[in-house]
Amino acid sequence: MTDASVPPAVSIRNVSKSFGKGIYTVPVLDDVSLNIDRREFFTLLGPSGCGKTTLLRLIAGFETANAGTIAIEGQDVTAAPPFHRPVNTVFQSYALFPHLTVEQNVAFALVEQGLAREAIRTRVGEALEMVRMGAFARRRPAELSGGQQQRVALARALAPRPRVLLLDEPLSALDLKLRKEMQLELKQLQAEAGITFLFVTHDQEEALTLSDRVAVMQAGKILQMGPPREIYERPTHRFVADFIGDINLLEGEALPGGGVRLGPGAVVPLTCATPGKVTIAIRPERARLATVGEGTLDATVIHSAYLGTAMLHKLGLPDGSTFLLRQSESSGPPPETGSRVGLTLPGEAIRVLLQ
Amino acid sequence: MMHNPTLRRASLLTPAIAVILLLIGVPLCLMGWISLLGKGTSSGVDWASLPSVANYVRLVWEEDFDGTMILNSSYLVIFLRSVVLAAVTTIFSLLLGLPVALWMAGLSRTGRDAMLLLITIPFWTNLLVRNYAWLIILREDGWVAKSVNAISPFGPVQLLYNDTAVAIGLTYSFLPFMILPLYTVFEKFDWRLLEAAYDLGATRKRALRRVLLPIATPGIMAGSLLVFIPCLGAFVTPALLGGGKTLMLGNIIQMQFGASRNWPFGASLSVILLAAMLIVMTAMALLRNRRTA
Ligand SMILES: Nc1ncnc2c1ncn2[C@@H]1O[C@H](COP(=O)(O)OP(=O)(O)OP(=O)(O)O)[C@@H](O)[C@H]1O
Ligand SMILES: [Mg+2]
Repeated sequence: MTDASVPPAVSIRNVSKSFGKGIYTVPVLDDVSLNIDRREFFTLLGPSGCGKTTLLRLIAGFETANAGTIAIEGQDVTAAPPFHRPVNTVFQSYALFPHLTVEQNVAFALVEQGLAREAIRTRVGEALEMVRMGAFARRRPAELSGGQQQRVALARALAPRPRVLLLDEPLSALDLKLRKEMQLELKQLQAEAGITFLFVTHDQEEALTLSDRVAVMQAGKILQMGPPREIYERPTHRFVADFIGDINLLEGEALPGGGVRLGPGAVVPLTCATPGKVTIAIRPERARLATVGEGTLDATVIHSAYLGTAMLHKLGLPDGSTFLLRQSESSGPPPETGSRVGLTLPGEAIRVLLQ
Repeated sequence: MMHNPTLRRASLLTPAIAVILLLIGVPLCLMGWISLLGKGTSSGVDWASLPSVANYVRLVWEEDFDGTMILNSSYLVIFLRSVVLAAVTTIFSLLLGLPVALWMAGLSRTGRDAMLLLITIPFWTNLLVRNYAWLIILREDGWVAKSVNAISPFGPVQLLYNDTAVAIGLTYSFLPFMILPLYTVFEKFDWRLLEAAYDLGATRKRALRRVLLPIATPGIMAGSLLVFIPCLGAFVTPALLGGGKTLMLGNIIQMQFGASRNWPFGASLSVILLAAMLIVMTAMALLRNRRTA
């Protein structure tokens, strides 16, 4: 967090939201709190139905929270209608006005702001240049491709210069190639415009490449929040570890004297707060091969795949589970399929997870 | 056999063109021709008479006893009344139809289907029967008249046999033609567009005006045409609910072809009616073109 005297771009305090009444109540958000810094690219990441859109709609003002407060740049907007909030949304469906041309779409908010005709024209031109859609100003949304519509939606939301831009899976309707392109553009645009972005996606790769910080959500709760590297390297929850990237999850038992036992004779030097059953996680690239008997565990090579710069080995563990190991080319010759190998799990690479 | 695509298309279109010419073109031409002829003694048309515009002159001018032409406004009044009643009916239908169509579009699938059925059910009965029903509802000893008179500050009011009765009857008869096109527009309308408008700073009212209204305009225009045009030529409703006192164009046309046996004059009135409709439709089309241009 930066300077404490500057209120964060978005501040959400203990927000809960449920739909329906009585026995039909569906809890969707459960006591969510988060702060988004100014000019930050913040991403909400989570599986379908975890409440990402609902949280965005609460910030935009389309839904009202059952509890908690929402402030934008220090101003409480919990009860403000959408048209009084300094945020704009890029909708998943784009929601471009079909009866208006591209430039009229982009001008929509500026007209509501009561700007003069000349000022509107300049601002619309700037916004369209920003997304490189100047040549399409006179077209209607129906005459544009998906990627072009997406750009217009972006320009329309940026034109009124909101304090915060909310983006609800804006890239999910695009094909992979265009998606990659737009990811880069989005990041560039954010830097140029100097606006806080709150981005929603269920694509973990997208979240990691774009964001300054990521919040991982599950079933209406934020499980972990932090920079992409931290989320990737130090997941706190089993759900987070499993959701992001490839990871090996091993069941073990924390011993009262310290250390976690993974099997007969296999103890990793870790200290846990409470003894008992634990799940530990280790990324495929953080485990190392060793000579049989000298690693933490012994394993059998089931299958190996060549990845160009590395080999990915699928190993069988004594308890019957499988283990993924990524071996970089520089670390010696790859073992033969079917051979016995040792497996070293460095203590600093292991994470003990919450359920 | 026919490899030439132009020929092929022409041959495929022939039946349709023939039907249009035979069933629409020929009768229209016939009507136009008859409107220029004189009145016959027994058959309604004097086929041997020389064509003239006398029937059209008669609409506005009348021959006095001494042969001078004086202005006769009675047909003009009827024409104006028809236009005003059709316009009033269109406005009433719009005011009633808009909320109904909006409400229907928000219903569940089964709710919508049920409403569509309810709206079309009246068409299963004859227009005459439906107008008789209004005759019973509005008549002097009916409960509607009684309850209106009980609270009326102006003393007893006559509900039947006046312009109001005709407007009520027409609105009732043609309301579905307004609701259906409006419903079609609202059903397809993406309500998220209103959220987008709020998001961009538009208040509820502004969002309706800038987003919903322009998108609904084609439906409003279609519904208005579908109500206005047939209203202009209506004759059952004014005959029954107007009680012969509130005449519309349809009534006098029917009279000329019926009791008066003056087909040429009836035909000239029909041509005028047709021209009025064409003018309205052209104006609407021009308006629409300007909007989309
Ligand atoms: N208006 C509503 N009424 C009732 N339930 C709702 C409503 N809106 C959302 N929900 C429920 O709230 C939950 C969260 O919905 P939300 O749209 O926020 O999910 P999401 O994380 O955006 O998912 P996705 O990635 O699929 O878009 C879902 O279970 C959904 O069914
Ligand atoms: Mg969503």
